[in-house]
Amino acid sequence: MADRTQVDRRFVAQASAFLSLRGIAKSFGAVRALDGVDLDIGAGEVIGLMGDNGAGKSTLTKIIAGNFPPTQGQIVLEGADVVFDRPAAARDAGIEVMYQDLAIAENLTAAANIFLGREMTRRVGPFRLLDHRGMNRRAGELFRELKSETRSDDLVKQMSGGQRQAVAIARTRLAQAKLVLMDEPTAAISVRQVAEVLDLIRRLRDGGTAVMLISHRMPDVFGVCDRIAVLRRGVKVADKPAGATSAEEITGLITGAIEAA
Amino acid sequence: MSATSEFANVARVAWHRRGFFAGQTAYVTLAFLIICLLATWLSGNFATAGNLLNISRNFSYIALMSLGMTVVIITGGIDLSVGSVCALVAVCSMIVMRWVAGSPLGGLPYASVVVPVVAGLALAGAIGLINGLLIARLDLSPFVTTLGMLSICRGLTYVITQGRGQAPSGPDVATFFALTNGRLAGLPVQVVYVLMAAAALGVALHHGVWGRHLFAVGGSEPAAVRTGVRVSRVKISAYMLCSLAAGASGILLAGWLGSAPANLASGYELRVIAATVIGGANLAGGSGGPIGAVIGAALIEVIRNALVLGRVDTYWQDALIGLIIILAVLVDKLRVLQTK
Repeated sequence: MADRTQVDRRFVAQASAFLSLRGIAKSFGAVRALDGVDLDIGAGEVIGLMGDNGAGKSTLTKIIAGNFPPTQGQIVLEGADVVFDRPAAARDAGIEVMYQDLAIAENLTAAANIFLGREMTRRVGPFRLLDHRGMNRRAGELFRELKSETRSDDLVKQMSGGQRQAVAIARTRLAQAKLVLMDEPTAAISVRQVAEVLDLIRRLRDGGTAVMLISHRMPDVFGVCDRIAVLRRGVKVADKPAGATSAEEITGLITGAIEAA
Repeated sequence: MSATSEFANVARVAWHRRGFFAGQTAYVTLAFLIICLLATWLSGNFATAGNLLNISRNFSYIALMSLGMTVVIITGGIDLSVGSVCALVAVCSMIVMRWVAGSPLGGLPYASVVVPVVAGLALAGAIGLINGLLIARLDLSPFVTTLGMLSICRGLTYVITQGRGQAPSGPDVATFFALTNGRLAGLPVQVVYVLMAAAALGVALHHGVWGRHLFAVGGSEPAAVRTGVRVSRVKISAYMLCSLAAGASGILLAGWLGSAPANLASGYELRVIAATVIGGANLAGGSGGPIGAVIGAALIEVIRNALVLGRVDTYWQDALIGLIIILAVLVDKLRVLQTK
């Protein structure tokens, strides 16, 4: 009977999930980095992915982002099997990655960074020129939605860490991402800026965007995540609502002091 | 006023502390004007029409090459091969010109001008493509790659010519001289070309997607890669443009000198890099512009000219230009430290 209920729960989760990973495994030569990982990410859900160094967090992230395919397993996007053979395929499906270094060029303005690789242009005679005004206006709208005090035409060089995060997050909003993968966004910034970033994550969620937060920082994960999944040596050892667990339990799961939960 | 300026805690930077006015280019422009005024005051011969035309013609070759160099330096690269490319293209164009003039093609109107110029620029583009492919696709160091290309092109120039200068020839040689060393609206054509190229580059850099991507590659290459900028293509285009500018400069020099000697433009790479850096391009990448390149080249030429008029020992020129290079970078460094 226990098996039966588990299947049912999986079925329900799959029906409402934006993205479902089914039995994902990845081997690099003899090294098995991931082994049979199932994970569902619902629309507008914030899920924390935790684990020690080498547990497989970044491998899983890279598979979702289309950096490389899994050795085994399926990715199901809104009910349909998909193959992300390159990052652009994942981007087109609404999956954006926010890198630890934010992928920002400091010598450009906030608006230029947000639109990097997706510039708005207008036709002037035979040429296509940048639509500076249009991009600044749209970037301003995005910052207002995020309630961030960031000016579109300021250089990123002059910005605080929190503002830089806002630029990177605004970029995912511009892409109308349905899922944002964040790799250690709070690892290298001040306490006040961490609070700003957590606020930004909540605003993304309120806008219906799902967020997968990869982090080592327990308070941040418990601060914003609806659900926490723990990887240990390539295997998912826990996946439960944040309210049903504790920092002690998660720490035990990460280190292996607790086998599974 | 932008719609987001309501924030009380994020002060807008004053106009004279941002954009063009805050940059090295502005200081160098100011220095340029002051040196021009000084030269006018000290020497009655400086501000004569003849001398100004002479200066503007002399500086145009370095300025044109500096425009190309600016593009490469914005990406964070460097091109040491420009002087040699200049010579090789000039020499090859003249050889093609002589060949076309002696072939049935020579009968066609202007063929002995169009064919050699197109062939020369194609050669320049091909050299730039090789530089670009080696640097962007094989990830070789720009310094070493273009240092090698410097040697290859200079060597080929001597092999092809056996050290003999190649002169423009053929039925349309008068047209060639008019196009490379004539006058247009009272200005030397070389200067007109430089101004046109600078204007076009300004628009492409600041209002084109290509220019935006160029600055992004120079500012942060990983960021450019991750946001889907075609980094390799952008870099290859930069080296091609730089070589094309060097090649065009070589053809113009051949027209001005009436011959393309095998040692043409040797050592120009350092003058070109000096002009670009004085004008405000940062060798670390991510900044630079056409105004800076042109002003930098003009500043060097004005100093040379003023020293000649002032009857200063010509050996002082290089020392003084070196001093200006260091001063230009130093002033900018002090300004940055001050605002921090």
